[in-house]
Amino acid sequence: MNGILKKEKARFPQKAGSPQKVISHQKAMSSQKTLGKDEGRSLKERGGERRRRRWAKLWLRIRRNWVLYLFILPAFLYFLIFAYVPMYGIQIAFKDFVATKGFVDSPWADPIWKHFKTFFSSVYFMDVFKNTIGLSLYYILASFPVPIILALMVNEVKNTKFKKLVQNFTYMPYFISTVVLVGMVQLFLAKTGLFNQIGALFGAEPKLFLQKDGLFNDIYVWSGVWQVSGYSAVIYIAALTGVSPELHEAAIMDGATKLQRIRHVNLPAIMPTIVTMLIMSVGGIMNLSFEKVLLMQTDSNLMVSEVISTYVYKLGIQKAQFSLSSAVGLFNNLINVTLLIIVNKISAKISDTSLW
Amino acid sequence: MSAGLKRNKGFFRSDKAFDIVNIVILTVVLLICAYPLWFIIIASVSNPDLVNTGKVWLWPKDVSFTGYKNLFGDPSIMRGYRNTLLYTFGGTVLNLFVTLPAAYALSRKDFVGRKFFNIMFLVTMFFSGGLIPTFLTVKALGLYNNPWVMVILGATSMTNIIISRTFFQSNIPDELQEAARIDGCGNFRLFCQIVLPISSAIVAVMALFFAVTHWNGYFTAMIYIRNEEWKPLQIVMREVLLQSQFNAEMLQQGGDTLGMLQEELRAAEQIRYALIVVASIPVMLLYPFIQKYFVKGVTVGAVKG
Repeated sequence: MNGILKKEKARFPQKAGSPQKVISHQKAMSSQKTLGKDEGRSLKERGGERRRRRWAKLWLRIRRNWVLYLFILPAFLYFLIFAYVPMYGIQIAFKDFVATKGFVDSPWADPIWKHFKTFFSSVYFMDVFKNTIGLSLYYILASFPVPIILALMVNEVKNTKFKKLVQNFTYMPYFISTVVLVGMVQLFLAKTGLFNQIGALFGAEPKLFLQKDGLFNDIYVWSGVWQVSGYSAVIYIAALTGVSPELHEAAIMDGATKLQRIRHVNLPAIMPTIVTMLIMSVGGIMNLSFEKVLLMQTDSNLMVSEVISTYVYKLGIQKAQFSLSSAVGLFNNLINVTLLIIVNKISAKISDTSLW
Repeated sequence: MSAGLKRNKGFFRSDKAFDIVNIVILTVVLLICAYPLWFIIIASVSNPDLVNTGKVWLWPKDVSFTGYKNLFGDPSIMRGYRNTLLYTFGGTVLNLFVTLPAAYALSRKDFVGRKFFNIMFLVTMFFSGGLIPTFLTVKALGLYNNPWVMVILGATSMTNIIISRTFFQSNIPDELQEAARIDGCGNFRLFCQIVLPISSAIVAVMALFFAVTHWNGYFTAMIYIRNEEWKPLQIVMREVLLQSQFNAEMLQQGGDTLGMLQEELRAAEQIRYALIVVASIPVMLLYPFIQKYFVKGVTVGAVKG
């Protein structure tokens, strides 16, 4: 398995090695610049001269490309205002926010972790936390393998027309909006809906799926799998087209069946992609589709459907408890970042694949 | 590798059997994905009674367009539709204007400060202020309950900048920039007259990504738009599609005494199917283009995280 990975890497050396190469090249350049020529002058003079020359060179490069700064300005301003100002505003999680005073002038909370304490000791905390983790894990476990299997299967289809057909129809649901998806789910699962009609064909009694709390997780997860599997498979299918046919030929010569080739050639070949996707999804474990959960919530299923993000929304936007809900949001965000870093580290150790 | 593998004989382990099973399963998958969409279409033009009693399966029955007529007669839905069209158009134009030049600048190796901007933008992918601080910022800027928020918020995202940057890096040779500079062609002209025309694929991909996001977007409007007049289609749709569902089911359980109301509810059901069709049609019309460029876009992005 590792052998194939290494071979693949050897075939694309520029992809794997280029960042380091660029850096080491730059280092070599700069050290070359610092050597030579200006011996004989005083140290201070030499240093000043060198520095001046370097600044002049840098200034020339900046001036020559001044338009590029204009190009990046809108994006820079956007991130500054809509990403960094709110990040700066996270401090209100440690403050008692007063709307008229803003982020900076609101007084510090006493004690400073007051809002975190309120959240952790509230009656909702365990439920909301458990719901979030449970739903996320269920979703990842269900939605992660399906696109991989789908991609491996699609890849084996020889008839290009059928292959295209399957691909086109499986990623169509991805373009449906969340509101429409939830609307469809409700129509299909209603008492007279499609599911009960199909059930009736087999003699089943009509069921009120939507009124069953225990089904909330299943409905959320499997409607999600239905919607995104085809889309996620596209990435794996693309990775599979990069598998070298020689490997397959060699395996066929050795008498490997299709299933064996899928397991021993195709699967190892897309392993880096799989790992990358896994890191991403584990890093986003607390980022459930807020919209969808909220749309699927009813008063009767709140016990199982309240997750951290919907809780933040209700506390913050609807009840205007800005500081407390910021603290809850920050808690959520920190878990995400920590998980991402841990998973990334583990995968860098085990499989040489990492995000940074 | 060969030593470990046994030669498998017998039909059920043969490649032939594999192919057959594979195609059967994929056909089922295909049906699972496509049938619900087809059902929505036929249900939207069929008699709702026949739909509810399970008589509509493959083709529409007792065709009527009352659902659509009611839909187009509803001013709030039409207004939502118009708003969404405006937000999608304006938002996508702004998205392209912000994203593509930034991505191009970041793709240039001779751009001083490239690393700084890269890191600054990357951080936003993994860490954010969260809902409430963002909400307060938007409010402080006077964008709360202001239609412009629908266009401005989400003007760009690092994911899309990375996809475009990767495309520029792998498709625009460095020599081109060198040559342009020697010929006295400035960066602005270089970008507009040379880079963009040869990068039409990524422009199309980005436009499609952004347009679909705006069209389907629901979150921003739910948080920031209060005024009925500015609500986009998805919000209006939620009110029609989801809000009344619960009552409908209660009433259906209630029996026949509520005949009149039930009649109304039946019509409402048809409106729901019709609404789903109408709301999804623009995206589905883009679909042929989407599939042409979309795979390319996803693939380009996958090259580097």
